[in-house]
Amino acid sequence: MSRGDVDRTPSPRTDVCIVGAGPAGALVAHRLASEGYDVVVLEAGPRFDPANRLERMERHIRPSHGPEDVWDMGGPRDAYTNAGEEHYPLNAARVKGVGGTTLHWQGMVFRLHESDFERRSRHGVERDWPIGYDDLQPYYAEAEAELGVAGADDNPFAPPRSEPFPMPAFRPSYSDSLFADACEELGIAMHSAPNARNSEAHDGRSACQGYGTCKPVCPSGAKYDATVHVSKAEEEEGARVIDRAPVQRIEHDRSGETVEAVVYATPDGAEHRQEARQFVLAAGGIEIPRLLLLSRSTQHPDGLANSSGAVGRYFMDHLFAGMGGELDAPTRQKHVGFITSESHQFYDEVDGSVGPYKLEFLNYAGPSPVDVALSTESEAAWGDALAEEIRDTYGNRIAMGGLCGQPPRAENRVTLNPDVTDDHGNPVPDIHWSLGERERRTIEAANETQAAIMDELGVDVDWTTGPEATGPAFHHMGTTRMGTDPDESVVNPRLRTHDLDNCWIASSSTFVTGGALNPTLTIAALALRAADAVSEAL
Amino acid sequence: MELTRRDALAALASTGIVVGAGAAAVSRLDDQRAEPAVDVDTLVAVAEVLYPTEVDGVREFVETFAAGRTADRPDYRAGMADALAVVDERAESWFDGPFATLDREDRDATLRQLGADAIPPDPAGRPPARVRYYVVNELLYAFYTSPTGGSLVGTENPIGHPGGTASYQRGPDA
Repeated sequence: MSRGDVDRTPSPRTDVCIVGAGPAGALVAHRLASEGYDVVVLEAGPRFDPANRLERMERHIRPSHGPEDVWDMGGPRDAYTNAGEEHYPLNAARVKGVGGTTLHWQGMVFRLHESDFERRSRHGVERDWPIGYDDLQPYYAEAEAELGVAGADDNPFAPPRSEPFPMPAFRPSYSDSLFADACEELGIAMHSAPNARNSEAHDGRSACQGYGTCKPVCPSGAKYDATVHVSKAEEEEGARVIDRAPVQRIEHDRSGETVEAVVYATPDGAEHRQEARQFVLAAGGIEIPRLLLLSRSTQHPDGLANSSGAVGRYFMDHLFAGMGGELDAPTRQKHVGFITSESHQFYDEVDGSVGPYKLEFLNYAGPSPVDVALSTESEAAWGDALAEEIRDTYGNRIAMGGLCGQPPRAENRVTLNPDVTDDHGNPVPDIHWSLGERERRTIEAANETQAAIMDELGVDVDWTTGPEATGPAFHHMGTTRMGTDPDESVVNPRLRTHDLDNCWIASSSTFVTGGALNPTLTIAALALRAADAVSEAL
Repeated sequence: MELTRRDALAALASTGIVVGAGAAAVSRLDDQRAEPAVDVDTLVAVAEVLYPTEVDGVREFVETFAAGRTADRPDYRAGMADALAVVDERAESWFDGPFATLDREDRDATLRQLGADAIPPDPAGRPPARVRYYVVNELLYAFYTSPTGGSLVGTENPIGHPGGTASYQRGPDA
């Protein structure tokens, strides 16, 4: 069938309809299809041709293209507005298409700490999850096996694990060894950073080739992305994935307690209705609440699954804290685009005023040679002078990053903007995002530790990202949170909505708190937990 | 420092051009059967201004890279041919001769008077922006994502080049 002849009509007799083909949707689809269920996945964005990845890498490197161009984001389909104090650059923070945002993620995969599930009980702040680390531990192990994680059990601050990582960790970088001396002097422990990236050939994909452009595109496919499980679900397990099929609304039965169908649009201008026995929403922390709010009905006037009023609320992200400068020695940066060492030593030093943070020792500080060469901002245009400028600019840069936690707050939320509509006439998501004193203090604490390390190392620091300059790490969490009380939460601990008996959510939108660790492994673990629960319900 | 055909093929591979096709396409570029013709002499002459003077082997590198980049991409080929025509036209107008016949100083002056040293690249923009995109940044991208170009400024595995995972672990004296 040629591209123009793609069949986007609904499937008959479908057991499970999944909205979204990112990591959560792909894992649920693969798991349920492998158990013999008829699965249909509806994805708003397109299928990207893997053969075009090098072209996308070139778009990333060459300055004539913007960050949204790499994966064709933006335009009327992806319109959004900002109503909050802080600007939130939503379309730089996500990818719509088969594979979802894992197409441009960095591939860092950590388990949340035990304390993250018990923030209220342990520290009297934020909120406890209705499940604990023990409940997720087996799913974390399954998620690491599914994604293919390269890691080492050398992190003294990480939660307990009962099995080795699927692949050996990437070796520390040369610049890690520079940081190690300084950290040793200061009594700060460094350890490896688990990567969803092949350190050796694995699962039919090659080892990392070292293109150095992991975020936003891995041309070799060594970095895990959700097309891996989409392909397995389709080709090995018989699931059906329909691309360019944005879901417009969810329709329930007369009782208002059971979802009957989702209505989706197709590129030919038609609308279709996909019925199923169970529905799983896996479209990320912005589009899931938006879809529920768009699906309001007589029985659910404030939006579907929103009797608590929590749909869209408690939006959280992680905040970046960083520092960099020059060292009077070569630092060997920009050979790879991923991180090999971190420190989680301060993660659990949470109290009433400061939240969790983690430290990253970057391998990609400063501009790369080709960045300087192609920029018209460089002093030298070309020739010997340009080569000299690159030698001066590249080579001695060094930097640290870090993620800081943000507590859930009801006023940080996603609503609908009735004054602005997308290409199908639906109100766009309106992001209300602001920072509070707690995360500002956490960023300051991270900066203080970074400054001590930089000072010990002898770095001439020339940039700092602190509370005023910080930005989001593009981790959308909290907007359909999990809980046992239907008056305060959207899904139960099994990830089914309180209000609808066959509607499930697999996403970081169900996080109760966000910790300060990259969320995708937890998204994957929750997706596998949701798949088990859906399977039991079928 | 010698630029090699291997550098060009590595640079091509970094842009998604299958190496075999790039190599085979060289003859097609040389005999100019594809239309519009890319003025290889002008392209090489520009590269000789853009690349550091210590680099040798520029012609073979540029021919191989450009051939691979324009083969089977008629729009890109047309964009590059058009931008090179602009360069040559300005050289004739300002220095009374084809760009490739000018000395290094006059070539440099031609590109600067065009504004190609400072204008942001834009494949659909005014002529100087197209020269920056299709000629200047094209050649600089090829060079500084190649192992030889990278090594000249301190990295044997530059961004955009699939140089493996050993180099990032090595110190400067290894």
